[in-house]
Amino acid sequence: MNDVHNEKGTNKSLSLFFKSSFIVSVVIIVISSILLYFTFTFDIVPPILNRGIQPATFPKALLILIITLTLLTYFISLKKPWKSEKKLPNSFYITLLSFVVFITVSKFLDFFLGIALLSIIVSYFWGERRVAYLIIVSIIFPLIVFVFFETILGLRFPPGIITNLYYG
Amino acid sequence: MENLGLIFAPLFSYKLLIVLFFGTIFGLILGVLPGLGPTTGGALILPFTMTLDPLSAIVLLTAIYCAGTYGGAITAILINTPGTPAAAATCLDGYPLAQKGEAGRALGMATVSSVIGGIASVIVLIFFAPLLANLAYEFGQPEYFALAIFGLTMLASIGEGSPIKNLIAGAFGILISTVGKDFMTSIDRFTFGINELTEGIGFIPVVVGLFAISEMLTQSTLINQIFNRVALKAVKLPSIDDYKKTWKTIIRSSGIGSFIGVLPAEGGTVASLIGYAEAKRWSKKPEDFGKGSIEGIAGAEAANNAATGGAMVPTLALGIPGSATTAVILTGLIIHGVRPGPDLFREQPEFLYGIFGSMLIANILFFVLGFFGAKIFARITLVPNKLLWPMIFAVSVCGTYSLNQSIIDVWLMLLFGVIGFFMRRYGFSVVPVIIGLILGELVEGTLRQSLVIFDGNWLMFLQRPIVLTFFVLSLIALSFPLIKRKK
Repeated sequence: MNDVHNEKGTNKSLSLFFKSSFIVSVVIIVISSILLYFTFTFDIVPPILNRGIQPATFPKALLILIITLTLLTYFISLKKPWKSEKKLPNSFYITLLSFVVFITVSKFLDFFLGIALLSIIVSYFWGERRVAYLIIVSIIFPLIVFVFFETILGLRFPPGIITNLYYG
Repeated sequence: MENLGLIFAPLFSYKLLIVLFFGTIFGLILGVLPGLGPTTGGALILPFTMTLDPLSAIVLLTAIYCAGTYGGAITAILINTPGTPAAAATCLDGYPLAQKGEAGRALGMATVSSVIGGIASVIVLIFFAPLLANLAYEFGQPEYFALAIFGLTMLASIGEGSPIKNLIAGAFGILISTVGKDFMTSIDRFTFGINELTEGIGFIPVVVGLFAISEMLTQSTLINQIFNRVALKAVKLPSIDDYKKTWKTIIRSSGIGSFIGVLPAEGGTVASLIGYAEAKRWSKKPEDFGKGSIEGIAGAEAANNAATGGAMVPTLALGIPGSATTAVILTGLIIHGVRPGPDLFREQPEFLYGIFGSMLIANILFFVLGFFGAKIFARITLVPNKLLWPMIFAVSVCGTYSLNQSIIDVWLMLLFGVIGFFMRRYGFSVVPVIIGLILGELVEGTLRQSLVIFDGNWLMFLQRPIVLTFFVLSLIALSFPLIKRKK
């Protein structure tokens, strides 16, 4: 009987680690701790030039505050658990992936092509199948935005295989 | 007060009238579209304002603010989805009334109470902002530090998210403001060897990421959602009987909204929730609330629009944003080289009163456009998300890139989009990040300059009455959610 009880207790404590409040708190604390570590690498101003406090003091105080408040949030969540979130659908991951595609294509190939590709991926995987609409969303609309920014705001977009054609 | 006549100046400027007209239409469209709203829209349009003179630019942003706040009611009433967070309370009675076949009556009441709330708040702005600005002449660095701290502690009581989560988000916003060269010593902080980061992280990538891109990710999880739309024949002006039922509620909510708006960091969302709760508390028929009460619609809508003028008071008088959208307007002012604060009232009254007058006209314009065009604006929600959001992405990317012509800004925008999505998913509001980012430099700068003045003696803060007052107010703001919970 005791074994069964212990097992149940173990499961309960294990499930605690998989709760979103725990995971989110850990993520915040880990990132904050890494950033806190970086604040110790900031240059130190000699006392004669130091005005008030060292440049690292303020970010350090903020990060300690964030860590403290996160711990507080976590302990409160033990009494009052966060509402459980639904599993994220595939469309979310595809949209997220399209961001990666955009970054890669805009960095190595072309900024405009990156926007067009993201638009077509998002529109298609969100359910649009009509070719005319896909063309409007991925080519015609970005082209209008591109020309508008280029002519009205005098913006020069980063070079790329398509942008270079436009600029001649 | 001798400058009051300047309020009418925008009426005689065809350029400002055109800007107001388009700003109001754009604001209504943004307000109607769930997930967008005046904050995101204002951030997206900021780069375009660079082609305008400072007054036209700010008039455009304020018109978007006023009309966008009202526009949220159209979707709240017709599809039970608030176009803006400030319209969330409007859903409670707007949609049930629309389901009873009285969508026109519900929208009519929302339109009239929004306009009355909006105009009342501009009157508060006109009279209260110069007074607050005069008071600010007494402020030195320690007082500004205490004021900024008060603004940040107010984050604990904003409507969305838990108080502690809001404070974490606010601290995160301030932390973002520390990225780049330290403004006092030129020492790099959190730049990780990336040259583009030495100038710091701009406001636009953060705000567009946290609002537009995170909303795009949220919409990606809702692609199968179906809205039940209620048919709208025409917007109807409230009847005499409706006016009799609601006039007290409208006046009360206009006062509540204006007051809440003036408080730093608070905005239309909090105002509408309190306005709605008070309308219910004072109603002769509280049992009708949630079932299509006309008083409920009036209470929420008068309050959220009243917060627009109120929120402009600390923004213009002190440079402390009264809400997320006024944080965008504040950025617009800074981009155009206008420094908010008491000097602005003394040196550029025509600029300020031009804004006041334009806000009054914007309220009248959205009344006319909302009354005759609500049916058309409601149709905008028919644009499917699968077409709308890729287009918003294209505008977001180009808009973010345009300010500094920096690809790093675009990547930061995407990063903050992802951060914003997970923040919202786990109950953290993104509004405090924006307020924290805006106030960050002020907090750190005034703290360090104060310590120089005080020769490093922290206790000197407590010897200044205004500082002490703000610290006490900050403590009250921090403990307010606890008191509310105990009640």
